[in-house]
Amino acid sequence: MADAAIVAEGLGKCFGPVVALDGVDLELPVGGVLGVLGPNGAGKTTAVRILATLLKPDRGRARVAGFDIVKRPAEVRRRIGLSGQYAAVDPFLTGRENLIMIGRLYGLTRRQARSRAGELIGQLELTGAAGRLVRTYSGGMRRRLDVAASLLAAPPVLFLDEPTTGLDPYGRLALWQVLGDLTAQGTSLLLTTQYIEEAERLAGMVVIIDHGRVVASGTPGQLKDRAGGDRLELQSPPGQDPRQLAGALAALGTGEPAIDEPAGRVVLPVADGPGILPDVAARLAAAGLHVSGLALRRPTLEEAFLAFTGQPSSRTNLPRHKASGPPAATAQPAHMTRSTQ
Amino acid sequence: MTTAAGTAARPGRAASTLVNTATITGRNLRRLVRVPTLLVFATVQPVLFVLLFTYAFGGAVHVPGVAHYIDYLLPGIFVLAIGFGASQTGVAIAEDLSTGMIDRFRSLPITSGAVLGGRVAADALRNLFVGALMIAVGAAIGFRFHAGPAAALAAVVLAVAAGLVFSWLNLLLGLTVRDPESAGLAGLFPIIILFFTSSTLVPVATMPGWLQAFAKANPITVITDALRALCLGGPTARPVAEAAAWLIGLLAVTVPATIARYRHATST
Repeated sequence: MADAAIVAEGLGKCFGPVVALDGVDLELPVGGVLGVLGPNGAGKTTAVRILATLLKPDRGRARVAGFDIVKRPAEVRRRIGLSGQYAAVDPFLTGRENLIMIGRLYGLTRRQARSRAGELIGQLELTGAAGRLVRTYSGGMRRRLDVAASLLAAPPVLFLDEPTTGLDPYGRLALWQVLGDLTAQGTSLLLTTQYIEEAERLAGMVVIIDHGRVVASGTPGQLKDRAGGDRLELQSPPGQDPRQLAGALAALGTGEPAIDEPAGRVVLPVADGPGILPDVAARLAAAGLHVSGLALRRPTLEEAFLAFTGQPSSRTNLPRHKASGPPAATAQPAHMTRSTQ
Repeated sequence: MTTAAGTAARPGRAASTLVNTATITGRNLRRLVRVPTLLVFATVQPVLFVLLFTYAFGGAVHVPGVAHYIDYLLPGIFVLAIGFGASQTGVAIAEDLSTGMIDRFRSLPITSGAVLGGRVAADALRNLFVGALMIAVGAAIGFRFHAGPAAALAAVVLAVAAGLVFSWLNLLLGLTVRDPESAGLAGLFPIIILFFTSSTLVPVATMPGWLQAFAKANPITVITDALRALCLGGPTARPVAEAAAWLIGLLAVTVPATIARYRHATST
C-alpha cells in the first residue's frame, strides 16, 4: 500500500441529481501507467479532478503519492502535475513566460525555472515558438505547452486528462516519446484518453469506466481476453451481400456479427476459433457462399471497450479508422453496423 | 534529464506565499500592458473621464465654496475610473476559471491567497498609475491639492484602498457569475447606479429629497467626500473615519467570501 502512487477506494461524486462517480476503485503502482478509458461523460475527468484535489469526493477515499487527498491536499499538490482537458495556459504570455511562471509557483528558483522551461520547450518541439505570445499558437502547440507546464517540477505522479486530443500525429508521437522517457525514469502516470491506441501504447494497466463505475480493468491483453474469445473476420467477394455471410454463420458466434457493408466485411465473435473452422467451411459450402479472405484474431482493445461499455460505436468518440490494411490489423470501422437479427 | 527536485521545494510558508503572490502579480501586470481592453481601461478611459466631465459639466455645475469644478470633480472620478477598471478583474478571473487556469493554479502547491492577492496587488499598482495619470491631466487643466502634501498622500492611499474593495468585490462576482461577459456587466451595473446617485458629479443637496437620503448613505458618496476633504481642505477626521469604516467592513465580508468561493471553483 505504501509504495502505490495512487490508491482510490469507492470514490463517489454527485453533481445535483447527476451521479458522476459511483464507487470507483483505482490503483497505480509507482512508476506504472494507468490508462482510464471511457465514453464521454463516463466520469473520467471527475475522477482526475478528485485525485488532483480540485474536487472533494462525496464518499470513498484516496491516497496520492502516499497522502490522503482530502486530509493532506497540500502535500499531494507538491507531488503532482496536472494537465486538464483544456489547455490551461495564459494566451497573453509567451510560451516561455508561461513555463517560468509555473516553475516559480512550484517553488523553483528563477534560474531553475528558466533552465527547466528551456529543457521542456526542446523536448516538446516548441523551440521556434517559445518567444511568441501563446494566443498565436495552434491548438496542438497550446496542448503541448500545457503538458510541459504539468512536467515542470518533475512531479512523481502525473495526471494527464486526454493529453493528445487535438494533436497532429507528429505532436502525438513527440508527446508519447516524452511520456515514455518519463515513466522509464519512474514517474507514475494516470492518463485518460479516448484513443484506444494511446492506452495500448502507453498503459500497462487499463480501466474502463462507464456511467461512473469501473466496468473492466486489467492489462490490455487481459481485457482483450476477457472481451470473449476470438474474432472471425470474413471478407465477402464483390457482388455478394455480406449479410448473407453473417446470416449463414451467426449461429456459430457468441455474440451478434458486426457487418461492414461498404467494405464487404463481417466480424463474428466466437468462443473457440480454430475449433469451429470446419463448421464454418461446411456452412459456407451448404449455403453456396464464398469468402475472399478469412482471418481469425483476438479482439482489438477497441472491440473490448465496446463489449464492456455496451455502446454502439456511433455513440462513442473513438477515432475513425479507415478500413485499410490487412484485416487482422484493422480496428472496427465506424460505419460498421451491428446485425439486428 | 532533470535538474529540478522530484518534489516541489518547500521554503518557509510566509516567504513562499510572498514569492508566489509576486509571481502572480507579475503575470497580471504583463497582461495589463498586452491585453488591449485592459490597456484602454488603464490609460484612455481615465484621461477621457477627466476631460469629458470637466468640460461637459463644468459650465453647468457650480459647487458652493469651490472655485474650480475640476477640484470638486477629480476625487470622485478617480474613484469612478478605479471602479470601472475593477470590472475587468471580474472578467479576468471568470476567464481564468473557464480556460482551466484556476484548475491549474489550484493543483499547484500555492495558497489561494497568492492567486487572489496577486490579482489585487496588480490592480493596486494599476490604480496608482491611473491616479498619477489623472492628477497629471487634471493639473494641466487647473486641478490643485489645497490641503498640503500629507493630505494629498492620504487621499491617494484612501483611493487605492477603495480600489482594493472594488477588486475583491469583482473577484467575488467573477467567481460567482463565471461567464466572463456577464461578469463584466455585473461589475459595471452597480458601479454606474451608485455613481449617479452619489456626490461624485453634483452636490447631494441639489438632488430631490427622496434621493438625498440614499445618496448620503451611499458608500461612494462617503468615500468621495472623504477624498474631497483631503484634497480641498476642511475637517477630515470624521469623513475619513466613515470611509475607512465602510472599506474595512466591505473587505471583512468580501475577502473571506471570495477565498471560500475560490477554494471550490473549477471549470465547467
